[in-house]
Amino acid sequence: MKNLKLYIPVFAFLILAVFMWRGLYMDSRTLPSTLIDRELPEFELRTLSEGDQLVSNADLPDEPFILNIWGSYCLPCLQENPIFMSAREQGLVPIVGVNYKDRDNLARDWLDINGNPFSMNIVDDTGRYGIDLGVYGAPETFIVDADGVIRYKHIGTINYQAWQDEIMPVVRELQSAHAAQSAVTTGQSS
Amino acid sequence: MSQIRLWCRNFLVLSSLMFAMATTAQVDVFDFETAEQEERFRQLANDFRCPMCQNANLTHSTGGVAADLRREIYNQILEGRTDEEIEQFMLQRYGDFILYRPRLTVKTILLWFGPALFLIIGLWVAFGIIKRSASPNRNNDESGSEATRPEDLTADEQARLDRLLSDRLASDPSTGDDSPDDSRR
Repeated sequence: MKNLKLYIPVFAFLILAVFMWRGLYMDSRTLPSTLIDRELPEFELRTLSEGDQLVSNADLPDEPFILNIWGSYCLPCLQENPIFMSAREQGLVPIVGVNYKDRDNLARDWLDINGNPFSMNIVDDTGRYGIDLGVYGAPETFIVDADGVIRYKHIGTINYQAWQDEIMPVVRELQSAHAAQSAVTTGQSS
Repeated sequence: MSQIRLWCRNFLVLSSLMFAMATTAQVDVFDFETAEQEERFRQLANDFRCPMCQNANLTHSTGGVAADLRREIYNQILEGRTDEEIEQFMLQRYGDFILYRPRLTVKTILLWFGPALFLIIGLWVAFGIIKRSASPNRNNDESGSEATRPEDLTADEQARLDRLLSDRLASDPSTGDDSPDDSRR
C-alpha cells in the first residue's frame, strides 16, 4: 500500500499526459453542428437563375441531396468544384448551392467560368439563412435526406478523400433507405 | 545623440500604435431607442463568442459572421426579444460553443468546479506534508523509511551498527555521551 502511494505522481502525470496528448490533435476549429437530425431550417429566397421568383423548402429535391454553402470569393469552393462537377456528370446525387454573402453577378460569372454543378442555387446575400444553418464561413456542406432532415455536416473543403470516405457513404446509405421506403409506398398503393 | 533620440521617439510612437490597434472594438452604426437596449446589446455581444475567430467575442471579432450576428442581436433587441430568447436562438444554431460563459450541465461540472476541486486536493496534500514534517517524532511515523526503525533491523545489521558506533566512539570520544541521537540528525 505504501509503495502504491509513491506512484501517485506518476499516475497523475499519466492522466494529465493523456488529456494533453489528445488535446494536441483535437480540431477546435470544427464545431459540432447542432442541426444534425433536425429539419432543414425554413427559407424563402430567390435563386441565382430565376430572377425574383422565390423558392422555399418545398422546391428542394424529393430525394437525398447535398447542400453546399459557397461563394465566388471562396478559394476552397474552387477546389471543391471539380468534384461536384463530376458528381453531377455521373448523376450521383443532386447538389443544391447556397450562394452565401456573395454578389449575383460575381456568382454567375464564377459558375460560367468554372462550371455549374448545382441543380439549384439559393441566394443568401445577407447571410441570414446562413445564421439559421449555423454557418460561419464557406465552404460548409450538409447532407439532407429525402424528408428534408439534415443528416451530416462537413466543415471546410471537400477533397477527393473526404468525398470518397465521408460524403458518399452517407449519401449512399440515405439513397438506399429512400429507395427501400419508396418501394414500400409504391407497393402499398398498387 | 540625436539619432538615438529619434530612434526612441519612433519606437514610442510605434509601440503606442500597436496598443491602439489591440484595443479597437468593431464599431457598427446601430441606433437604439433606449440606453437600456444599447447596454443589453453591448452585454450580449460581449458574452457570445465568434464561431469563426474563436478567441474573440462578437464585439471584438472582425469576422464576417460576427458582423451578421451583431446585426441579428440588434434586430432581435428592437423586436423586443428577451436576453434569454436571444441566447436560445444562438444556442440552437451554434451550440454551447457560442457561449463564453458555459452553462452548468453534467458535461461542464468539471469545468466549473475542477479548479476548486484541484485547489482543495492541493491544499490537503500540502497540509499533510507540512503537518508531517512539523511533527517531532516523524521518524516513528509510518511514512518514515522502514530501515531507520531500530526494531526492523536484522540481527546482522544490528551487529554491524553496534560495531560502527563503537568504532566511532572509540576514535572520537568528544562526540560521544553528550549527543543523544536526535540532536545529530
